[in-house]
Amino acid sequence: MLSIQNLEARIDNKNILNGLNLNINPGEVHAIMGPNGSGKSTLANVLSGKNGYETKGLIKFNETDLNDLSTEERAQKGIFLAFQYPLEIPGVNTNIFLRTSLNAVRKAKGEKEIDTLTFLKLIKEKASELGIDEKFLSRQLNVGFSGGEKKKNEILQMKLLQPKLSILDETDSGLDIDALRIVADGVNSYKNKDNAFLIITHYQRLLDYIKPDFIHVLSNGKIAKTGGAELGIELEKTGYANIS
Amino acid sequence: MKTEDLKNTQEYKYGFTTDVENIRAPKGLSEETIKFISKIKKEPKWMLDWRLKAYNRLKVLKEPNWQKPKYPKINYQDLYYYSAPKSASEKPKSLDEIDPKILETYKKLGIPLVEQQRLNGIAVDAVFDSVSVATTFKEELTKKGIIFCSISEAIQKHPELVKKYLGSVIPLSDHYFATLNSAVFTDGSFVYIPPSTRCPMELSTYFRINASETGQFERTLIIADKGSYVSYLEGCTAPMRDENQLHAANVELVALDDAEIKYSTVQNWYPGDKNGVGGIYNFVTKRGACRGKNSKISWTQVETGSAITWKYPSCILQGDNSVGEFYSIAITNNFQKADTGTKMIHLGKNTKSKIISKGISAGNADNMYRGLVDIKNKASNSRNYTQCDSLLMGNKCGAHTVPYIKNNNATSTIEHEATTTKINEDQLYYCNQRGLDQEEAVSLIVNGFCKEVLQQLPMEFAVEAQKLVSISLEGSVG
Ligand SMILES: Nc1ncnc2c1ncn2[C@@H]1O[C@H](COP(=O)(O)OP(=O)(O)O)[C@@H](O)[C@H]1O
Ligand SMILES: [Mg+2]
Repeated sequence: MLSIQNLEARIDNKNILNGLNLNINPGEVHAIMGPNGSGKSTLANVLSGKNGYETKGLIKFNETDLNDLSTEERAQKGIFLAFQYPLEIPGVNTNIFLRTSLNAVRKAKGEKEIDTLTFLKLIKEKASELGIDEKFLSRQLNVGFSGGEKKKNEILQMKLLQPKLSILDETDSGLDIDALRIVADGVNSYKNKDNAFLIITHYQRLLDYIKPDFIHVLSNGKIAKTGGAELGIELEKTGYANIS
Repeated sequence: MKTEDLKNTQEYKYGFTTDVENIRAPKGLSEETIKFISKIKKEPKWMLDWRLKAYNRLKVLKEPNWQKPKYPKINYQDLYYYSAPKSASEKPKSLDEIDPKILETYKKLGIPLVEQQRLNGIAVDAVFDSVSVATTFKEELTKKGIIFCSISEAIQKHPELVKKYLGSVIPLSDHYFATLNSAVFTDGSFVYIPPSTRCPMELSTYFRINASETGQFERTLIIADKGSYVSYLEGCTAPMRDENQLHAANVELVALDDAEIKYSTVQNWYPGDKNGVGGIYNFVTKRGACRGKNSKISWTQVETGSAITWKYPSCILQGDNSVGEFYSIAITNNFQKADTGTKMIHLGKNTKSKIISKGISAGNADNMYRGLVDIKNKASNSRNYTQCDSLLMGNKCGAHTVPYIKNNNATSTIEHEATTTKINEDQLYYCNQRGLDQEEAVSLIVNGFCKEVLQQLPMEFAVEAQKLVSISLEGSVG
C-alpha cells in the first residue's frame, strides 16, 4: 500500500529525514517510536503533503507517486493524519466541518454528497461509539476542547472518512487511561484487512491496546531498528540510548 | 478592456447589461436637471424647493478628502442624474405592465418580482437605475396599515410623513455627498410601520444600476412608529463597465418609543476588474435615529462589491435606554478599497451600543475600519463595546483600524478590542488534510471568521451572503 524509498526531507536548510525506507501492506499496523526531535512528525507531514519541505526519494501509495499529489488529493485518496496538535477553527461548527470534509472526499471518489439528515444520523452513531457527547458536534471546531477531546475528535474524523492509511501522530499523548482505551478501541474497531496504520508514539502503553505488527525506531532521520511487538517492551526498559 | 469583453468574463455574474430604451435628464448638474427630475416625478412644489435649497447649499460645500482611498476627480457635469427605462415612465400599476426585459433582468438576478413565484414571502421594491419599477405584496401590507412603496410615490401620497421625517436624521446640508443626494435623489424606498405593529415579512429593496455614465442617488426613509418592528434588507448589483460609476445614497431611519428597526445590506456592486479598472464608487450616508425611549436600531452590512466603499452607518441614541448595533463584514480583493465603520452617538441615559466589524483583505486591496463612539455628558450609565477583527490574505493587502473615542460621562464605559491576523497556514493545511481544496478551506475559515455578523442576517439571506463571501475571495490564496 505504501512504499517509501530513500526519503529525505529538509526544512529551513535543516536535514530532518535522511534516507528513510518503509513498506506498509494492507492490514498491517506499524508503530514508529523515537526520541523527541527525531523526525516523526516530519514524516507524517511529508506523507500528508504539507507545504514547506524540500524532499527527495520515492513515496508510492497504491501505485501512485505521492509527490505528484496535493495535500487534499492525498486525503481524498485515503491518507488520513490524526494531528499531534489538532487545529482550532473559530466560528466553524464541528458538524459542518465534518460534513464538508466527508462530502469533499465522497465527491473526489465520484460518490453523491451526503444529505444533512443522513449525515447527522451517521455522525451521532460514530460519536456515541467514541463516547463523544453530541453537544461537542455543535461547538466550534476544537475551540475550547480539552486535549483529550481534541484527540477523540481526530479519531471520530478517521472513522467518518474511512481512510486506507491512518497516520496517528502521538494521539495517545496527554490522554488519561479511560480516553486512551476509547481511542484504542476506536482504532481496533476500524482496523481490517484492507486498511493500515502508522502509529507514532512514545509509550508502550498504547501498544498494549493496539498490537503492532512492526515497531520501528526512528533516529537521526532514519529507521535505525525494526522489530516486532516485543521491541516496544524492550525499549521501555532500555530507552533509545543504545540505538543509533 | 472594453465593456463588451468584460461581459464575457465569469468572475462577476451580475455584470450583464439590459438593453432597454432610456429617458435621461440633460447631462450635468444644474437647476435645470433638478427641475427635470422633480417634474418627471410629478413632485409637489415643496419638494422641488427642498431640492433647490440643497443644491444652493451644495455650491458652497467641498468634497471631503480625509478618507484613505483616494480617487480621481469626479466630473459632476459629465454624469447623468436621471435615467429610467422608457417603459417605466408611468409607474406600472401591476406586475403585468412591467417591461418584460426588466422582469427578465430581476429573474436573472434571482429576485422574483412575480408574486406567484414568491419565495419565503419577502416583499420586494425593485429600483432600476433611477426609478422604482415594482413593489410586491402591497395589498397584504396595506391591510396592516404598513406603507411600503417607492419614495417618489410616498412624496405624492403621504406628503405629511415625508415632510416630517425627510432630512430629519441627515440634515439637508450635512456634507457634500449627502447634500448632493438631497438635490438630485431619484428613487428609493419608503417604509412606515404604524404603532404596535410587527411587520409580518421581510421588506427588501433591490437596487440595480443599468445605464452607463449614470449616477445612482437613492433615498430611503424608514419610520418605525411606537412599539413597532421591521426588518429591512437591501441588495445591489451593477453591470461590468470600465468606467467608475457613482452611487451616493442617503438612508434615514427613525425609531420612535419602543420601536425596533433591523437594517441589513448585502452590497455587491461591480468591484472593477482584476487590475482595478472600473467599478462602483459606493459613497453612502446611512444614519438612524433612536428617537424614542427603549428604541433599537441594528445595522448589518456585508460589503463585498464596489471599487471603493466609503460609508459609516450610524446611530444617534437620543431616547433613554435606546440601543444601537453595527455588524459589518467588509471584503476587499484585487484593487478594491474600503473605508467603513460606524458612528455611535450616545445622548440619552442608559444607552448601549455594540460594534462588531470583520474586515477581510486580499490581493492588493486596502481595508480600513473607522469608527466613532461619542458619549455625551448627559448619557449616564451608557456602554459601548467594540470589536474589530481584520484578516489578511497574502502580503500585498492592508488592514487598518482607526477608532475615535470620546467619553464625557464618568458613569459610562467604552470597551474596544482589535485584532489583525493573517490567514493561518496550519488551519488551511488541516482543512486540506481533510480533503478540502484551497478554495473550500479559505471559504470555511473566512465564513467562520465572519460568523458573528453572518448570523445577524435574516435566515433567507444568510446562505446567499455566505456564498458571496466565498466567491469574493476566489483566487485570493494561491
Ligand atoms: N519548520 C521547521 N524549521 C526548522 N526546523 C524544524 C521545523 N520543523 C521541525 N524542525 C526540526 O526538525 C526536527 C524534527 O522535528 P519533528 O519531526 O517535529 O520531531 P518529532 O515529531 O520526532 O518530535 C526537530 O529538531 C525540529 O526542531
Ligand atoms: Mg512530533
